[in-house]
Amino acid sequence: MKKFKHSEITSEKIYNKRRSFIKSMGYGLGAITLNSVPLINANASNLNKPTSYEDITTYNNYYEFGTGKSDPHRRAKNFPTKPWSVKIEGEVEKSLELPVEEVLAIKSEERILKLRCVEGWSMVIPWLGFSLSELLNKVKIKPNAKFVEFETVYNPEEMVGQRYPVLNWPYIEGLRIDEAMHPLTTVVTGLYGKPLPNQNGAPLRIFIPWKYGFKSAKAIVKIKLTEKMPNTAWKNASPREYGFYSNVNPEVDHPRWSQATERVIGESILAPRIKTLMFNGYGDEVAHLYSGMDLKKNY
Amino acid sequence: MKKNYLKPTVFLLLLWPIYVISYQIIFDELGPEPVDRIINHFGEWTLIFIILTLSISPLRKITNSTEWLKFRRMVGLFTFSYASIHMLSYVGLDYRFDIEPLINDVFKKKFVFVGFSAWLLLTVLALTSSDMMVRVLKSYWKKLHRLVYVIAIFGSLHFIWLSKTIFFKPLIYSIIILILLSFRIKLKKNA
Repeated sequence: MKKFKHSEITSEKIYNKRRSFIKSMGYGLGAITLNSVPLINANASNLNKPTSYEDITTYNNYYEFGTGKSDPHRRAKNFPTKPWSVKIEGEVEKSLELPVEEVLAIKSEERILKLRCVEGWSMVIPWLGFSLSELLNKVKIKPNAKFVEFETVYNPEEMVGQRYPVLNWPYIEGLRIDEAMHPLTTVVTGLYGKPLPNQNGAPLRIFIPWKYGFKSAKAIVKIKLTEKMPNTAWKNASPREYGFYSNVNPEVDHPRWSQATERVIGESILAPRIKTLMFNGYGDEVAHLYSGMDLKKNY
Repeated sequence: MKKNYLKPTVFLLLLWPIYVISYQIIFDELGPEPVDRIINHFGEWTLIFIILTLSISPLRKITNSTEWLKFRRMVGLFTFSYASIHMLSYVGLDYRFDIEPLINDVFKKKFVFVGFSAWLLLTVLALTSSDMMVRVLKSYWKKLHRLVYVIAIFGSLHFIWLSKTIFFKPLIYSIIILILLSFRIKLKKNA
């Protein structure tokens, strides 16, 4: 595992300064210098500015720790993330149980990606992570596997939210295998150059930038290759409202609220909502995964 | 002497939600989603004030004192005021008076539909709250003002439908409102 010395951790202030320097050099060049992952929504003015560390780590939807946005930050402080291991099983030649240290040892890179919550707000987060495909390549996937299921730890002793039937615990999420293998599908190991805080899904979570936030499962203990579409947590709770795909799509309204616009976290009271982009702005990278599909039906 | 100060004191107490939000605005404590915070703040306080309004009759019965009735109109008008701030912050701060998506919301989103309907009904009650209107409407006044029961139900539905899950606040408010409403059914039967 790559250990960060304190001196190596970039402070948020310098971090943002560096960011604005890169921004001043032009988006395209900035993107190339940083890494190969595209920066988001280059045509929107304010969107390349990462949300503050404070907002990213105190404003969370993580119902295992409660339904309030500040609950995870308050209640996940002492959540034990060691020892931890991740099982990769199901439709694979030989299932595998990896100690988390081994997963975190895979080389992480910085990926500044945008998070769009189904509730209509967004953040820009400088994650640390690597493509999920790197992890999945550690096993031999059988040809009949069509989906990947992610399972969050079930630990009601520590996760007070799991003591109530808010969702059908443990939290299950899933992707089609080609979505899972897409390089933008990220195993997250940290943010802002630091190890991943508990309230953001430590010790490791996934992040799929073109889907609504709830698709990105946290505190993962099991990755299962399956033939059948996983029965994901929110779809299970309300199938009409939350589809399996849940791609960010301004044209498909949630039955109860509009998805056409979003509020940017950390902006002032007077800042207007911004338009939500198809696939959260990652259409160039991911639209081909859904060619020929009716996204109004497969929401 | 004391009695003269009672009403103004209650008035200042009922301004509590304004003190809280002013403090949060001045000291920059609205959090990461300030607009949402303001909307939710007044939304929740509207529900609390609906509950206060509905509590007055039961309190009168329980304490056998008519003192409570003095504050009924004031609490009701505060409810309307907070509901209006709630609605206006949604329309103005969040949607920038962009009327088209708002109209779309009213007809397509059931939580907006019941919320807006509740506000319209509250407006009717506020407009007919004066002594003069009580005299003009005579026996209809009481019937008209029973609309507060509909408003309470709409209010709790509004909260349930806008939330991703009923746990826990929407559930708690709905239970309190249902208890207060069931109290009325009993009162009627006894009377």
